[in-house]
Amino acid sequence: MGRFLLGRLLQAVPTLIIVSAAIFFAMRLIPGDPASVMLGDLATPEQVEALRREMGLSGSLPSQYLTWLGHIFSGDFGKSISSGEHVLPLMLDRFAVSATIVVTAVVFAALIAVPAGMFAAWKQGSFADYGTVALSTLLLSIPSFWLGLMILLVFGMWLEWFPVIGYVSLGENFRQGVLFIFMPVLTLIMVELGPIVRMARASTIEVSRLEYITHARAKGLSESEVMWRHAFRNAFAPTWTLIGLILGGLLGGIAITETVFTIPGLGRLLVEAIYARDYPVVQGCILFISVIYVIVNLIVDMLYPLFDPKIAQ
Amino acid sequence: MTRLLPRLARGRANLVIGGSLVLLLALLAIFGPMLAPYDPLKLNLRAVLKAPSASHLFGADEFGRDVLSRLIYGARTTGWIALATVAIAVTLGLLFGIVAGFLRGWTDRILMILNDSLLAFPGLLLALFIMAISGASREALILALSVAYMPAVVRVARASVLSVREREYIEASRVMGNSELVTMVRHVLPNCMAPITVLATTMFGWVILSESALSFLGLGVPPPAPSWGNMLASGRPFITQAPYLLILPGLCISLTLLGINMLGDALRDWLDPKMQA
Repeated sequence: MGRFLLGRLLQAVPTLIIVSAAIFFAMRLIPGDPASVMLGDLATPEQVEALRREMGLSGSLPSQYLTWLGHIFSGDFGKSISSGEHVLPLMLDRFAVSATIVVTAVVFAALIAVPAGMFAAWKQGSFADYGTVALSTLLLSIPSFWLGLMILLVFGMWLEWFPVIGYVSLGENFRQGVLFIFMPVLTLIMVELGPIVRMARASTIEVSRLEYITHARAKGLSESEVMWRHAFRNAFAPTWTLIGLILGGLLGGIAITETVFTIPGLGRLLVEAIYARDYPVVQGCILFISVIYVIVNLIVDMLYPLFDPKIAQ
Repeated sequence: MTRLLPRLARGRANLVIGGSLVLLLALLAIFGPMLAPYDPLKLNLRAVLKAPSASHLFGADEFGRDVLSRLIYGARTTGWIALATVAIAVTLGLLFGIVAGFLRGWTDRILMILNDSLLAFPGLLLALFIMAISGASREALILALSVAYMPAVVRVARASVLSVREREYIEASRVMGNSELVTMVRHVLPNCMAPITVLATTMFGWVILSESALSFLGLGVPPPAPSWGNMLASGRPFITQAPYLLILPGLCISLTLLGINMLGDALRDWLDPKMQA
């Protein structure tokens, strides 16, 4: 068990190195001197020269990369071209917003979808099962941004139940905050129901065909005891991995939902930085989101033994 | 029997409904220019934001362009990008996957480390990053999406190669004096085709979704060329005046994805009996 955890932790190191190197070298593909790219069109030659020295641009490419990595590790992601703010605190602020929405949505989606998928599997072949699968396929086919726009149109514009623009954080004013995140959270819950239901259903079906389940039934346990005591633990493991992937993927794709609902999150920051060619912010956000993605997957994998007794032993 | 009926119905329904949806959209995309009532790029100041009527069945957008014609041409744009992306991602993915799985050793290790690092980015973020660096264009979009979706193909291809490479007939092919290349193309490749077909179908849906998402963000198909995603983006400011500008392109995307997902499920049931539920 300890070896499994340590091994998994060490696996993440080369991934992170390659991810950071890929981002560093990709930024160099932008035509022009990296320092002037970083500073934007309005920079004076003196500023460019100063940044060139600071970035260690005189050295070879690998040494430039190491200098850059050193800055990143000390928390220096540079400054935004458009606002002059330091990139790291800016990202952390915006990340808090995105994380609130994404985590809330994933928790609710899992709480609804896992029991629904297992129920469908339990009643396999029935019309309830058929209906659940059809509904999840339908939900799987609706793009998040369109669903968001439709929710905005119906609940925000026509019914006027929720504010259509702006954001108040939950810490500032909880009631107001809930009103502002309701529609984006609802959108993400509906988008993620499909894959989780399908996965929970498929893995429960797979487990319920195994011999130990037949054995448990033969022992005279009731159907619900068989499900909860024996099938659930094993069936949940793959679903748990999927939920982790979804959590990380949503953080990467949150830009779209945040654009629909004009929410000042990390994704919106990234997209606006791309429009403004604010490269220090673009680079910071991409790096930040990929590292979060790697870490989320790492944590999910490390918690995996809790759900899969086979690995725990 | 009562248990079998819904299952049969579902298998058939997936194939029939999914297949017809996909076929219909493919025909729409292929024969679009003959079907579209107007030029999708032609401005008409007298029809600006005109609600659906007899002359413009699905209304007109903020420049007076006919929405129906733009939707039809949008199917062409999206279909073409998705086809090109899936073709590139599958070809390169098969190549790397088979080479890695068949040769093993250092080639395998290095290819897999690179592949896993690509997988370490959320797919859409990787595409977004490439678009940010290269600027919005159709070619960049195809490249970005291919890079984002290739790693999945590499994994599947490699896994299926590993499952067949120790079989007798592979050994037999070697003993007969066939080169590694001939063995790979003639005997290993055909064995990857079933899982890759299922993956490619599903991927077609992912690519359409990502293309629309990127175009919606203004980082995909650049206007004025119509794509369902950028139609949604340009219709957004008119959400109260002209909701049909938002409803219709989204419906097109959803119906396409529904068709592809159902067809994918039918294919999976057919090609991979293990997954049959």
